[in-house]
Amino acid sequence: MTRTAFEHQLSEIQEDMLVMAGMVETAIERGIEALKTRNVDLARQVIADDLSINRKRYETEEKCLELIATQQPLASDLRTIVSVLHITVDLERMGDHAEGIAKIALMLADQPPVKSHVDIARMAEIAAGMLMDSLEAFKRRDTALARAVCNRDDEVDALYDQVYRELLTDMINDPGTIEQAAHLSWVTHNLERIADRVTNICERVVYLVDGRIEELNISKY
Amino acid sequence: MVRERLEDLLRERRMVFDPEAELARAESDEQRPVATAPGPSVLETRNLEVYYGHFQALRSVSLAIAARQITAIIGPSGCGKSTLLRCFNRMNDMIPSFRAAGEVLFEGRNIYERAMDVVDVRRRIGMVFQKPNPFPKPVYENVAFGARINGYEGRLDEIVERALRQAALWDEVKDKLRHNALALSGGQQQRLCIARALAIEPEVILMDEPCSALDPVATLKIEDLMRELARDYTIVIVTHNMQQAARVSDWTAVMMMADDRAGEMVELGATREVFTNPRDKRTEDYITGRFG
Repeated sequence: MTRTAFEHQLSEIQEDMLVMAGMVETAIERGIEALKTRNVDLARQVIADDLSINRKRYETEEKCLELIATQQPLASDLRTIVSVLHITVDLERMGDHAEGIAKIALMLADQPPVKSHVDIARMAEIAAGMLMDSLEAFKRRDTALARAVCNRDDEVDALYDQVYRELLTDMINDPGTIEQAAHLSWVTHNLERIADRVTNICERVVYLVDGRIEELNISKY
Repeated sequence: MVRERLEDLLRERRMVFDPEAELARAESDEQRPVATAPGPSVLETRNLEVYYGHFQALRSVSLAIAARQITAIIGPSGCGKSTLLRCFNRMNDMIPSFRAAGEVLFEGRNIYERAMDVVDVRRRIGMVFQKPNPFPKPVYENVAFGARINGYEGRLDEIVERALRQAALWDEVKDKLRHNALALSGGQQQRLCIARALAIEPEVILMDEPCSALDPVATLKIEDLMRELARDYTIVIVTHNMQQAARVSDWTAVMMMADDRAGEMVELGATREVFTNPRDKRTEDYITGRFG
């Protein structure tokens, strides 16, 4: 006995999720790029694209619910669907954080760039890399990779602390930077949240493979 | 209390293994799963082998049935589920070529012992079949029948009412006690058969596909009833309907057919574990519909 139609639908929801992850990765990169280069058009595009990310989430959720209602999935099939449901929620929230960065880029568009941008860009690069690797772990059902990705959250947290101190120093030295620095600290907060949500994805990979719900990384924030 | 204890045990280990059986398995080279549900058990098979003539229907089945819980036996057609169920109260004895080796322990005693009173075994371990099979007699007589032939001399009315109430049928038939049981609906007939089994106060109720001839509403009524009955009785149910096993049982035993078509026990575990994260690949393939 085979379940061709079911197998097809099961891979479809996973592909949808991966497409959504790609959209979120692009949003993060573009949000930071817009911030660095003061590119208003790019920032607006990130904001507009977030609607597509949200739509994708609801589409995928619908498909998952339909599978549960009509196919009575069990065992690893059930865990796959539940994982996709959880991960798409996390992705959607990450998209919102990227959108938050783009909104700050719009607000700072007429102000000159500051030094902290280098570390902020580094944070974004690590967070986006973690995101793509966590999805790779999902595709390969690779718990070792999932755990390794989680460990990189510490790097993001360390940079978060570092940039916070830099911004604070800037604000003390030159009160004229307070507005920009306060906004930038929100950018780093968004990036820290994104990396933290990646660890949720990694936890789902472990659940998918081992059937155990395990907290892999307890965020400092 | 029992449930809490089971939960504790489950947290520690998925299954508690029978040390003797484990030893026997270690001695033989075969990797045959020997499954035991944690907690007190009332029924237990040890290396049960069943043959119909030269055909081996069950091979080395060892499992324990938890007291006052519902254990579902699932598996593909022909894997020996019903054969195993029928071993629990020696219903296979009627089949001329039937032969069993190993043990079926009921409260520690092998029911296949020569000295065992089969009628007493079947009184204490009742059975409900796939198709409702009431006697073509009044509702009342169906329920009173067991008590009568067991020489019960007390108040039959009380027994009949109690059994019908336990089977969640009383309100529907209290005005029809003298009507022929065959006039009831299929679902009512099946609950009447359950009442008939309950009337003689068994300890265990075996159910062989009890809902396969019923519509979904009647099926849900029987399932509710089973949950209710599990407070006082040990229930073993054979079902083809995996969703039913998932809905109703505490423990799920999975059986499969080996290459020579002999039935084997593959896995026994807490139902929620078996259906979300089975240990055995064959269970996974079967319950996800990728079997065979």
